[in-house]
Amino acid sequence: MFAKFLKTFALMGAAVALTSGLAQAQNYPARPITVIVPFAAGGPTDVIARIVSEHMGKVLGQQLIVENVVGAGGTTGITKAFQASPDGYTIMMGHMGTHGAAPALYANLKYKPASDFEPIGMAAGTPILVVARKDYPAKDLKEFVAKLKADGDKLNEGQAGVGSVSFTTCVMFNVLAGAKPTRVPYSGTGPVINDMLAGKIDYACDQIVSVASQIQGGAIKAYAIATDKRSPALPDVPTSAEAGLPEFKVSAWNAMFAPKGTPKDVVAKLNDALNKALSDAATRKRLEDLGGVIPPEGAERTGAWLGDFVTAEVKKWGEIIKAGGVVPQQ
Amino acid sequence: MDGLIDNLAHGFSIAVSLNNLGLCFIGVVVGTLVGILPGVGPIATIAMLLPLTFNFDPTGALIMLAGIYYGAQYGGSTTAILINIPGEATSVVTVLDGHQMARQGRAGVALGTAALVSFFAGTVSTIVVAALGVPLTKLALLFGPAEYFALMVLGLSFAVVLAQGSLLKAAAMIFLGILLASIGTDLETGEERLTFGFSELADGIDFVVLAMGMFGFAEILRNLENPESRDLVSAKIGRLLPNREDVKASIMPMIRGTGLGAILGILPGNGAVLGPFASYATEKKLAKDPSRFGKGAIEGVAGPEAANNAGAQTAFIPLLTLGIPPNAVMALMVGAMTIHGIIPGPQVMTKSPDLFWGMVASMWIGNAFLLIINLPLIGIWVKLLNVPYRLMFSAILLFCSIGIYSINNDASDVLLTALFGLAGYVFIKFGFEPAPLLLGFVLGRLMEEKLRQALIISRGDFMTFVNNPVSAVLLVISVGIIILAVLPSIRAKKAIALAGTDP
Repeated sequence: MFAKFLKTFALMGAAVALTSGLAQAQNYPARPITVIVPFAAGGPTDVIARIVSEHMGKVLGQQLIVENVVGAGGTTGITKAFQASPDGYTIMMGHMGTHGAAPALYANLKYKPASDFEPIGMAAGTPILVVARKDYPAKDLKEFVAKLKADGDKLNEGQAGVGSVSFTTCVMFNVLAGAKPTRVPYSGTGPVINDMLAGKIDYACDQIVSVASQIQGGAIKAYAIATDKRSPALPDVPTSAEAGLPEFKVSAWNAMFAPKGTPKDVVAKLNDALNKALSDAATRKRLEDLGGVIPPEGAERTGAWLGDFVTAEVKKWGEIIKAGGVVPQQ
Repeated sequence: MDGLIDNLAHGFSIAVSLNNLGLCFIGVVVGTLVGILPGVGPIATIAMLLPLTFNFDPTGALIMLAGIYYGAQYGGSTTAILINIPGEATSVVTVLDGHQMARQGRAGVALGTAALVSFFAGTVSTIVVAALGVPLTKLALLFGPAEYFALMVLGLSFAVVLAQGSLLKAAAMIFLGILLASIGTDLETGEERLTFGFSELADGIDFVVLAMGMFGFAEILRNLENPESRDLVSAKIGRLLPNREDVKASIMPMIRGTGLGAILGILPGNGAVLGPFASYATEKKLAKDPSRFGKGAIEGVAGPEAANNAGAQTAFIPLLTLGIPPNAVMALMVGAMTIHGIIPGPQVMTKSPDLFWGMVASMWIGNAFLLIINLPLIGIWVKLLNVPYRLMFSAILLFCSIGIYSINNDASDVLLTALFGLAGYVFIKFGFEPAPLLLGFVLGRLMEEKLRQALIISRGDFMTFVNNPVSAVLLVISVGIIILAVLPSIRAKKAIALAGTDP
């Protein structure tokens, strides 16, 4: 009896979903859209999500509401968004970690980044820098890498825990530099920088927004920025290629996804709104002020490009994390 | 010093613009409201209001958001005193004597004292931020993992002083608190601990969930036992403002609390939570009759409330001078700054003096607003206690549940709170106090993190805690406090034992 009831109920639900799916084509969006951000409010991903959401809301004529669902390196929030109904009213801000490194870090990940989502488009990435305490005795990246190779685990690297950007990108840096430092875990990059200012942590990998002001003020020093071009905010910091480690190119990218099965035209509308936001002068300035790198107009702004990019990222991080000797969590 | 006065004058010239005054006022009013609503905290509020500030200039936006933060500290005290629910870690201590005062019909005095000492602490710490912000930053840098661990140990030794009944029971509750804090994802390996496969526990238990359950829900359950002798309401309302005697008793605790709170607020990693605990422990130790504490001692409200507000203000120092947020609310302020194109850090003061000094000045203005808003409201709050409790308690439960849900948009948190409510009720019945448990919980997570960091950095050498002067001193003080607290009870037991053998 109960099973029968459930079945009827499920059928009714499916019927409603179908009809509402059809209606959506023209009327979307008819109500506010939830953007799940898998990290805490105030962090770089959250700030980027809020900046683009604001303008996207103007384009779509409906507000985009950011909902922060934190936990397990962002995978808690993405799992929740992945299970949401694919009607275009729940989308998410995915990230280098959740849609790149996560499969290699978490053995029980409930979603597949490359196949379980409808990619909407790339929003913005923030460059990664290798920073060190200001009195560390190495004047450039080459000397620093040599020290790292020689001194090995005598060096303390600060990182913000498994799955964080600082953790993952420094695995990459350490693999490329051939280093096996002592990795000190913190509950965020703020305290890492605090202990670096106090001279207790030797180096770390972090996003530009968290360290730019400290570098400009001379409180810590930067050996390289892992991008193709120098950042206008830090014109004196060489790129990793200039500094002699060209393979170290990495960005903490943030991109929007919808749950799999979201109607194509809905995804197209969202992609259009995102790209209009990225072309808006005020939105661009906000993103660039915090060091954000916006994808150029053209192919890199399409959902298809993002889909291929995610596939490549999952593969790349799988190899790096394996090479770094990190054991995936059950 | 001239520079300081010039700077402050500049700050005030910015903060008193009609626009900024208005935003400051809105901020503190909203803050007071969310502070009063149990469970709804400043984090959820600031996150919700962040998009609204997009079209403001950054100074105005931050003035408003900061107002919400310290306004919530004010409002939180009201809930703690009136209905025995600490909305935040910093108001746990206020519950102890503040709510007792309310039960004795002195709710107005408790609220008035809280408002007045908070204003004093706010004024002093605004000056501290302005004058000593930069030099005090060095103090924050003195505290690495080893020093911080020692400070946490000292914090836990306060719990011994905090305890009103059996020391053994208090110790048991501290350890239970630490144990609860260890639930969640292991920092180093990312492995889940004590979650029993529930993914809801993977990020640990939220403080609000535990506090609402142990204090709020448990208190309501306890009151249901005998509806006639409702504890919450006292028939007589009593005076609304402290009299001369109350003021006399409060002055020294207020000054000491301000000092302790201001210093601890500067420390990284949420040192501000220790302020009220430290102040309470100090006042209880200094009191002529410590047994009054926990039974409505006004010093137990004045000191911690001053410490709480001073800490809330000086917590801005690491944010403004180092760009490092010491707690979750400050992390959100970092987000608010970056959204407005200001990267927090040592550069803010020189690059955006309007923002820095405007914000500092607005803190004092905001505190003045809070006093003006809150003093007349005390009469209304106290009358609220006369609302029949079948209405009152259902409303409290409703607001608690909404607040808890809003932390993480997760219904399982509400269920968890209900479970802690049951547990809290059982604890009360068996004479276990919830305050030491909350202290253990608040400090436990930080303590473990700092212990592991210190040991990783020292490559496993425990001597790091002793070789290091700051941590060595802090550890010695903690041991001293514990011995002082335990000795009398051991002596008493010996005396009883001797008396027993020699009739």
